[in-house]
Amino acid sequence: MSGLAAANSPARSWDNDAALSIVQEKKSLDGALMPILHALNDKFGYVDASVVPVIAEELNLSRAEVHGVLTFYHDFRKEPAGRHVIKICRAEACQSMAGRDLEEHVKRHLRIGMGETTPDKHFTVEAVYCLGLCACSPAMSIDGKLHGRVTPQRFDALMAEKRS
Amino acid sequence: MSTVLYIPGDSAALALGADEVAHALKVEALARKLDLTIIRNGSRGLFWLEPMLEVVTPAGRIAYGPVTPGDVPGLLADNFLHGDKNHPLYLGKPEEIPYLKNQERLTFARCGIIDPTDIEDYIAHDGYRGLKNATGMQGADIVDAVTESGLRGRGGASFPTGIKWKTVLGCESDQKYIVCNADEGDSGTFADRMIMEGDPFLLVDGMTIAGLAVGATKGFIYIRSEYPDAYRLMEQAIVSANRKGYLGPNVMGSGKAFDLELRLGAGAYICGEETSLLESLEGKRGMVRAKPPLPAIKGLFGKPTVINNVLSFVAVPTILDKGAAFYKDFGLGRSRGTMPLQLAGNIRHGGLVEKAFGITLRQVIEEFGGGTASGKPLRAVQVGGPLGAYFPDALLDTPLDYEAMAAAKGMLGHGGIVVFDDSVDLSLQARFAMEFCAIESCGKCTPCRIGSTRGVEVIDRIRNDENRQKNIELLADLCDTMLDGSLCALGGLTPFPVQSAIRHFPEDFNRPSAAKRAAAE
Ligand SMILES: Cc1cc2nc3c(=O)[nH]c(=O)nc-3n(C[C@H](O)[C@H](O)[C@H](O)COP(=O)(O)O)c2cc1C
Ligand code: SF4
Repeated sequence: MSGLAAANSPARSWDNDAALSIVQEKKSLDGALMPILHALNDKFGYVDASVVPVIAEELNLSRAEVHGVLTFYHDFRKEPAGRHVIKICRAEACQSMAGRDLEEHVKRHLRIGMGETTPDKHFTVEAVYCLGLCACSPAMSIDGKLHGRVTPQRFDALMAEKRS
Repeated sequence: MSTVLYIPGDSAALALGADEVAHALKVEALARKLDLTIIRNGSRGLFWLEPMLEVVTPAGRIAYGPVTPGDVPGLLADNFLHGDKNHPLYLGKPEEIPYLKNQERLTFARCGIIDPTDIEDYIAHDGYRGLKNATGMQGADIVDAVTESGLRGRGGASFPTGIKWKTVLGCESDQKYIVCNADEGDSGTFADRMIMEGDPFLLVDGMTIAGLAVGATKGFIYIRSEYPDAYRLMEQAIVSANRKGYLGPNVMGSGKAFDLELRLGAGAYICGEETSLLESLEGKRGMVRAKPPLPAIKGLFGKPTVINNVLSFVAVPTILDKGAAFYKDFGLGRSRGTMPLQLAGNIRHGGLVEKAFGITLRQVIEEFGGGTASGKPLRAVQVGGPLGAYFPDALLDTPLDYEAMAAAKGMLGHGGIVVFDDSVDLSLQARFAMEFCAIESCGKCTPCRIGSTRGVEVIDRIRNDENRQKNIELLADLCDTMLDGSLCALGGLTPFPVQSAIRHFPEDFNRPSAAKRAAAE
């Protein structure tokens, strides 16, 4: 498991059987809930609410506990994201290199706000607080691929590639 | 014979196009029938030169950078494979570049040099010598060496590492744990990431020594999900170390067991706080626990637990290899050894600068950083992450050691240095500090959860010139309440960036409101 494609993988339609087998495969790990949620988020692009009672039963937890964890962490999606996910760093190192302007440019370009998805479901824009690229700010990731020293022009070029 | 090339697989190098350069090299090598071996190393940490390509020549490694895919055909047509000096991207021997030459790299000695996927390369570069020594020592002697070295935690709180380990060693328990905090949430920091991507066996080495020292047989590394490359490289390193007997039931033939597992964070800054991290590892919400009990006594799953930052663990192999006295000889006062500083933000030569404690902020920024990236005057520097103070030029002669930083009402934290030029508005930075606290609060304490949101509103009113004086007083009260009434440093230290902004840059809280400025234009 990795949970690494989390939030970047294209959404696949939810499959209860596949979800159950992920839960069962991971449930004997120490602190299994996080690895389970990551694996589900990875596989389906989000974690469907219908899996909460399943996990609760398999891990011997209350539904409220599982729900509490699912909603505490920013990474776990409650619904599928757009086809392309753009994560913009909003933290200080990026701010020092005109990150705020870049953020405004991105929102204007896609005509959506932070945390939103375009009506055609092509793009989702999210905030991230540090990608560890602070010596080449401002930074963002697009579908998991990292980009440093992004200018508005460079962003437009990257978007043109995604649209073509 | 095959020519060996190094092109970093470090995330920052990737963000600047290293994969595209590697791909171009492969394509060109095929077309020209050149026999090239391409190794994906970590980064040397000179990010203005990334992607930095190194070629192995009889005279040693020769670097070129920053390389774009478009440079590749020209490089291969020229005499670059033989270390061509005349190429415009020629940098010479990397270790002779002043930025590197003037550092004291103990922890980062191998980063950017070795192949991070090859355990033999780690061993060939003096790896596992610390662990080898540790296998022949009593746990208490290992702990003593760490205590004597003067090593203090590099994650932020700077607590003496040896004392923490001693507490865990002294606990009787059927199970103890070693936990590595690789949540590295502070903006301006990337040293943990660079080590995990560039020298992952070093972290395995250091954690295994900790296991032998305190009698723990199991360890976890909690890596933030924003670091997928680090996760992948650590995963490979753990597999190799197990296969070669450096992890597992019989570590280096010592008869002692140590196993490591990885866990991913899920995008919560608060999970870098150690008790929140432990909750998260247990599969719970990352709610901060009250201390006591200390994690050393009741930590992961209620068992005695050593929890340290990546940089703390990776300092340990050097101490066990070269001796506590060797390590302690670097640094001064109560800050011993070296500190991997991270130069970030609006800086010309951003990167990793490992120096003995004692260098001043100005020296790092000017002598290594070369001033701002924009070329405009420097105006403010935030040291120590989002909870660290903003320093004006007048405080830049502060030495970067724990006590001197604290005396200047700041903190060194995890060593992140974020530079701002004169376009910065400190009232906006103060507002962001409050906003960030509101977003990332675990929600347990009212001053942190509600106070931070109120803080944003009050700063907005100050910026809008509504009852300015009264609101500045209100903000001061709010900061005091957060300082006193917060369980952990998120709520407790957010006032630091806010108050330092007001103290050192009062003019930014006294500008005409946006509405007035617009009317004037
Ligand atoms: C809000 C908050 C965030 C923190 N984030 C980190 C972090 O990302 N990495 C880290 O090593 N320590 C972090 N710490 C410090 C840890 O609580 C703890 O002091 C550290 O893991 C101890 O390791 P050390 O002694 O090796 O520094 C954070 C603390 C707070 C209050
Ligand atoms: S200060 Fe904030 S983050 Fe820390 S325990 Fe209290 S509410 Fe949670």
